[in-house]
Amino acid sequence: MMNFKKIMLFAIAATGMASTANAQEAMTIDQKVNDIFATVTGPFVSFIFAPLPGTAFPWIVMWLVIAASVFTLYFGFVQFRFFGHAIGLVKGDYSDPNDAGEVSHFQALATALSGTVGLGNIAGVAVAVGIGGPGATFWMILAGLLGMASKFTECTLGVKYRNEYEDGTVSGGPMYYISKGFSELGLPGGKILAVLFSIFCILGAFGGGNMFQANQAHAQISGIVGDYPGWITGLVFAAVVFAVIVGGIKSIANVTEKIVPFMGILYVGAALIILLVNYDKIGWAFGQIFAGAFTGLGVAGGFVGALIQGFKRAAFSNEAGVGSAAIAHSAVRTKEPITEGFVSLLEPLIDTVVICTMTALVITISQQLIVDPATGLYQLNEAGSAIATVGDVSGVALTSAAFGSAISWFPYVLAIAVVLFAFSTMISWSYYGLKSWTYLFGEGKNSELTFKIIFCVFIVIGAAASLGPVIDFSDAAIFAMAVVNIFCLYFLMGLVKKELRSYASRLSAGEIKKFKH
Amino acid sequence: MTTKLVVGLDGHGSGERAVAYAERLAKLIGDCELMIVYVVEWSPYSFQTAEENAQRHKRREEEISTAMQRVVDPAVAKVQAAGIKATGKVRHGDVASILMSVADEEKAEQIIVSRSSEGGFAKRIFGSAASNLVMHASVPVTVVN
Repeated sequence: MMNFKKIMLFAIAATGMASTANAQEAMTIDQKVNDIFATVTGPFVSFIFAPLPGTAFPWIVMWLVIAASVFTLYFGFVQFRFFGHAIGLVKGDYSDPNDAGEVSHFQALATALSGTVGLGNIAGVAVAVGIGGPGATFWMILAGLLGMASKFTECTLGVKYRNEYEDGTVSGGPMYYISKGFSELGLPGGKILAVLFSIFCILGAFGGGNMFQANQAHAQISGIVGDYPGWITGLVFAAVVFAVIVGGIKSIANVTEKIVPFMGILYVGAALIILLVNYDKIGWAFGQIFAGAFTGLGVAGGFVGALIQGFKRAAFSNEAGVGSAAIAHSAVRTKEPITEGFVSLLEPLIDTVVICTMTALVITISQQLIVDPATGLYQLNEAGSAIATVGDVSGVALTSAAFGSAISWFPYVLAIAVVLFAFSTMISWSYYGLKSWTYLFGEGKNSELTFKIIFCVFIVIGAAASLGPVIDFSDAAIFAMAVVNIFCLYFLMGLVKKELRSYASRLSAGEIKKFKH
Repeated sequence: MTTKLVVGLDGHGSGERAVAYAERLAKLIGDCELMIVYVVEWSPYSFQTAEENAQRHKRREEEISTAMQRVVDPAVAKVQAAGIKATGKVRHGDVASILMSVADEEKAEQIIVSRSSEGGFAKRIFGSAASNLVMHASVPVTVVN
């Protein structure tokens, strides 16, 4: 363990020295980082995204959708039956006033949301619609609705099996419910699976929770101020994140935590305004979404392409089944773990069904996707890999162009939003990664510091690498978490069912009372 | 029947004026008990990082014990030394609504607070805890200058 730490620290120092020495050859550094990164992560990425035999359908997407469907059926459509109750819990109707000052359901939800709402909703949706066409939106919404049941399952377990320490702090998440839950059920292998999950969670924290964010933040900034080497953005971001997670400079985190929700509201508000102005096209846009969902409208890979993209980006955006939310939600103070499960099911709804759909509608309505006038179908770009767009853009740039076509100054607001979203997602994921790290290596100042420093180094790498390999690795690492998490959830879902039965009967018998009326 | 008075403290010097006034009032009433309350400003709808959430319970305990030791206990001791019954508590939440709910719970006759010594621009616009209390409380409120 100590040797491993030393090697990592040495590697970090070497990277730092190398980047200063060759500062003038910035482009070559970016390229080198990119090449090495793509080679190293290639096999892992190919495994996770391997298609089902004889099809083009990645098995991992099927894995997530089947799980979400199983949980939806097993818990009898819990996401619809307890939707109203979830709202009541978030509003604080059932919170004992004597517990004031503890983490509220609202706060746990807001914290978890600030980890998921971000680039997935802006860049990810643009990627989905850009490749899969508007039809991808339909599958994204469906995945969001089903994913609510996955969140419910994992977050209930997250609270039920968290560790509460003597000093009053808590640690929770899949690694804890997997090891404790398995031993409670007398099943073997819980510890190994928990370790495996932790390893993937650390990789996910470095990938989707870090490099992807840094990469897209750089793309946004350079899109506005002009092209410049990515590692510069990376260093600045790394310094700020370092100040927060290592230096404990809470003021920066506090400011972000206050601005991020505001940005979220601004983003949805702007999308709503664009939709209202173009209200006559909303019907048409939904027509495109439904038609595209089943026919593909000429997009790459047909309707299967739309389906894969929709499901994939929905999962990446709301993280249902991934297990990350269970870490965030486990801090809530409640005597009933299942109440946090109810609250967490709102997350995919807000994140995917509402915010992602807004983005998709704005992109569709703004007609950034080029339609072949002769056939009425979408026209593919030269490579044939995605739909041709006005200005040949993808990712955040596509969303930005779509908003910009209606509100000319909005791309600037969006750029600030992207940077802030990226930052808050990094802070959230640094925590998820840290919890997995301390699960593996034990809690302690040195162990935590090592993780935090490595985390900051990855920010620089992420900003310097080009989008392709980064997005592939990010997806792969996060989905690898879902492989372990969902496998274990199948064994543990009976425990959640028991909680649900007991709670539902007490709720209908009037034993669970409202404090506010 | 014992008359109960709720006294709100703000941790500044002005709170002492409220206690002093309540003490005088209690002596005049005779059979009187003071309920000294310190409210830690807190909202269940604020935004926190995951790490802050994980440590929240610990922080809350610390906030309560600090406020008890520094503000509430000395005030209670002072009043008791003057021969008046007094208890103290620390609660989290919005100052005005907490004082109102304590008054309701304890069936208190009156709430006594001091006008905050620190005004500031924001308070002028949005109204201080004292004026909120005066507007909405179900029992009489005395604001000590």
